Amino acid sequence: MRYIEPHGHMVSRTTDDYQAMVTAGCVAVCEPAFWAGFDRGSVEGFRDYYRQLTEYEPARAAKFLLPHFSWLCLNPKESEDLALARDVLAVIPEFLDRPNVLGIGEIGLNRNTRNEMTVLERHVELAVQHDQLILVHTPHLEDKLKGTNLILDLLGSHRGVKPERVIIDHVEEHTIQRVLDRGFWAGITLYPDSKSSPPRAVDMLEICGRERIWLNSACDWGVSDPLAVPKTALEMRRRGHSADFVDAVLYRNPHRFLSQCPKFRLGDSSAG
Amino acid sequence: MDLGFVPVRAKLIEVAAFLDRVERHAVADDFRCAALRSAAALLVDGKSERARRILESFSDPTTTPDQKSTGKAALGAWQKPADLVPVPAAVRPRGRR
Repeated sequence: MRYIEPHGHMVSRTTDDYQAMVTAGCVAVCEPAFWAGFDRGSVEGFRDYYRQLTEYEPARAAKFLLPHFSWLCLNPKESEDLALARDVLAVIPEFLDRPNVLGIGEIGLNRNTRNEMTVLERHVELAVQHDQLILVHTPHLEDKLKGTNLILDLLGSHRGVKPERVIIDHVEEHTIQRVLDRGFWAGITLYPDSKSSPPRAVDMLEICGRERIWLNSACDWGVSDPLAVPKTALEMRRRGHSADFVDAVLYRNPHRFLSQCPKFRLGDSSAG
Repeated sequence: MDLGFVPVRAKLIEVAAFLDRVERHAVADDFRCAALRSAAALLVDGKSERARRILESFSDPTTTPDQKSTGKAALGAWQKPADLVPVPAAVRPRGRR
C-alpha cells in the first residue's frame, strides 16, 4: 500500500514517527504552517519557523527517504494581532520559491472573529497574487459550521480564487457536502477525540463519493496519530472496498490536487 | 454489524456513565451537559443523518463574525451570549489544534 500524508505537523513529531510512516507505505508528507501551542512574539520567530519548514525538516525527513513539502502562513490562532500579521505576511514571499513550498496554508478561521477574517482575506490575496495553492483550516467543534460558511463565502466572492486549487480541511458530516458543492476539495482529518474517526471518514466517502477528497492525520504536538491514514485503509478493506478504492483515496487523490503545484514531484509515473 | 456493534456499544455506555458522573458531581446544569442531552435525543427520533444533525445541534447558529475572540479554544457546544457563564480558567482548554 502507498499513501500520501497531506497534512502532518512533523516538526512536532519524533523520528520514530517518520520510520513508522514510511514502513506503513507513506511516500510523501506535506506540512502546513501551524500554531506552536503559544503565540510567537515576533516576525523573526516566524522567519525561523519558515526556515525550519523549508530547510531543516525536509532534510530530517530525507533521512527516512520521505519527500517533505510545506505550506506557509500565519495560523488563524495568531490572527488577532493585525500589525504582527501584516508584518509576517510580508515575509512569506521570501520563501515561496523554496523547492518544497506548495502554497499558502493552513489559513482559515479559529473563533470566527473580524480580525481572523481580515487576516484570512490578506492570505487569500497573497495566494492569488503569487498563484499559490491554498489549504484552509476550518474551526473546531461548535465554531466549525459558522466558520466554514464564512470561509466559503469569502473564497467565493474573490474572483481570483479557483476552487479546484483550494482544499478546505477538517470537514465533518455537517460541512463536507457544502464544500464539495462549491467546487472545492475537502480534507477529512482523523483524530482520536475530535474531527473524524476512520469509520466516520469511510461513511462520508460512501455517502459523498471519493472525488475531490483526501484524508489526513494532522498529527502534531497534541493527541493525534501519525498512522491514522493507513489505519483508515484497514477500515475501508474491512467494509469490502477494493485496493484500488484505497489507492484512489489515499494516494491518487492527494497526488492529483498537490500536482497542481509543479514542485510536487515524487519521481514516479504511476499516479493517475 | 459484527465489526461495529461492540465498539459503539462501549461508546454509548461511556455517554451514559458521563451523564451519571456529572450528576454525581453536581455539574449537570453546565450548558455542555444540556447540549449533550439535547443531542442524545436526536439518536432516537427515528430520522436519518443523525451525525450531521448532532453536529449541527452543537454548532453556533449565528452568521456574522464576532467582534472579538473569547479565547483560543472552542468548548464543544454553543452557548447563547445572553446565557454566557464564564468557564473557570482552571478548566478552560488552552487551545485546540
